[in-house]
Parts: sequence; C-alpha cells; structure tokens
Amino acid sequence: MNTEKSFPYSHIVGYLISLALTLATLLVAFKTALPKGTIMLILAAFAVAQAGLQLVMFMHMTEGEDRDSKVVHTIYAIFMAAVIVFGSIWVLTAGHPIY
Amino acid sequence: MESKLVKYPVPTEYQSEQGKLNILGFWIFIAAEIALFATLFAVYGVLHPRTANGPSGAEIFVIKDVVIQTLLLLTSSFTAGLVIHQMRQGSVKGLVTWFVITLLLGGGFLFMEIREFIHYVEVGAALQVSAFTSSLLTTLGTHGAHVTLGLIWGICLIIQMLQRGITPKTASKVHIWGIYWHFLDVVWIFIFTFIYVGGLI
Repeated sequence: MNTEKSFPYSHIVGYLISLALTLATLLVAFKTALPKGTIMLILAAFAVAQAGLQLVMFMHMTEGEDRDSKVVHTIYAIFMAAVIVFGSIWVLTAGHPIY
Repeated sequence: MESKLVKYPVPTEYQSEQGKLNILGFWIFIAAEIALFATLFAVYGVLHPRTANGPSGAEIFVIKDVVIQTLLLLTSSFTAGLVIHQMRQGSVKGLVTWFVITLLLGGGFLFMEIREFIHYVEVGAALQVSAFTSSLLTTLGTHGAHVTLGLIWGICLIIQMLQRGITPKTASKVHIWGIYWHFLDVVWIFIFTFIYVGGLI
C-alpha cells in the first residue's frame, strides 16, 4: 500500500545531514586547535545527532501501533548503554595514575 | 476496523499481527545489541591506553581508509532506507535493485575491514599484543561479524523476495533486516568518532 511520497525526500535529506555531520567531525577533530576535551564533547554531540537521525528517519522507530513501546524501550537501552560505558570507565580509571 | 484501515493506510509490513509482533520483537533485540556494544565500548574505553610494548591507535590507524569505510557504510544505510521506500511503493524491481546496491556497498566495507585487519597484523598490532589491540580488534571484529551476517541475511531475503513478492510476511522480514542494517551504521558512527578520530587527536 502506498503510504509515502514517490520521491524519497526525507531519505536524501537524512543522507546529506549524515554526510555533513561526518565531514564536520573530521574538520573539528583535525582542523581546529581546541583542547581535546572540548573536541570530544563536540564530536559526541555530532555522533548522538547522527544516531538519532538514523533511528527516526531511517529505522522507522516512531511509526506503527507499537511506536510507544519501541521508543521507550530503545531510550531505556541507550540510557543503559551510557551507564555501562561511562560507569565502567569512571569506576575502573578514577584514581589510577597511569592516566 | 476495515474503515480505519482505509482511512489510515498501513504499510504492508504492519498488516499481519505476526509481522507487527516480529518488528516489535526485533526492536527489543536491538536493545540487547545496544547493551552488547556498550560493553565493548566500555572495555575499549578502559583498556585503550594499555598498549604494553605494542603500538598505539595513533600509530596504526589509517584515517583515509577509515573515512572510505565510513562513507561506504553511510551510503549503504541510505540505500537500505530506499529499499524500504521502494517496498512501500510496491516495486519488487526497485526493492531488489537497491537491495543489491546496499549489499555491494556492505561488501566493499567488509573488504576494507579485512584489509585493515591484515594491515594491523603486519604492523605488529595483532589480537594478542596488548590490552589495546585485544579490545580494539574485538570491538571492530564484533561489528564486522554483524555486517557479514547482515550480508548473508540480505542475500537470502533477495531470493525470497524474487520468489514470493511483497507480502505482509516478506515485507516484515525486509523491514526487520533494514532496522538491523541501520543499527550497524549507528554502531559504526560511534566506532568512527570515539575509536578512530578520538584515537588520532
């Protein structure tokens, strides 16, 4: 059943934004003289933006009858991922002077 | 119910109860995959400075090849989106065409990754050299294994699509494969940003 426009505008816009964010990542990382911490914060924002774009524009997360279940469950998974990554790094590196 | 369906047309993949449940179930699986890759990123985040007497990331990463890999996977994610778009237009021919292009791009990515691994072994960064190389190659390898599975899965779906056409059953399978493929691109975005670019600055 035809539920979308015949020309995939949103896909092309999503693709161009993804390319722009990838290019921006490279420019900020290698062409600026900002401190490393600042650069990583900006890059993290770019990565999260690009991941969110994929989820909503390409993965059809926000459609269908089960959209609320999909969105809440995925957001919870992302929260758990953040706890696992930042929690582990914090607990396992804080106070160890090799860094 | 009938009139509701006419008023709000539903894409083919959501038309059967089983298809809807399978798609929801796959999103729950994706959450488990998010947790799996989170543990790998956590290990890498903790262990990457521990290079023993082996090379560090900045010494072995080849940014040009990484950018090519990123563009290949990013483009394949876009064309995978077009597969679903064509499916919703009801075009088996368009679907299969974009599906083949997507898998070729995915194959190109995998070729680059295998070459990259051979390069790492050549420059003395094999799996057993240090905590850094172990965590790096485990993370990249897990992602690469997922891409390999996605390619085999995609080839099977193309064959089935050519045999059976777009039905609620085959459509939900292609939709689920699409979710999986985009998810692999999402994981790659984080590998690209935090492992490669982060390792090079």
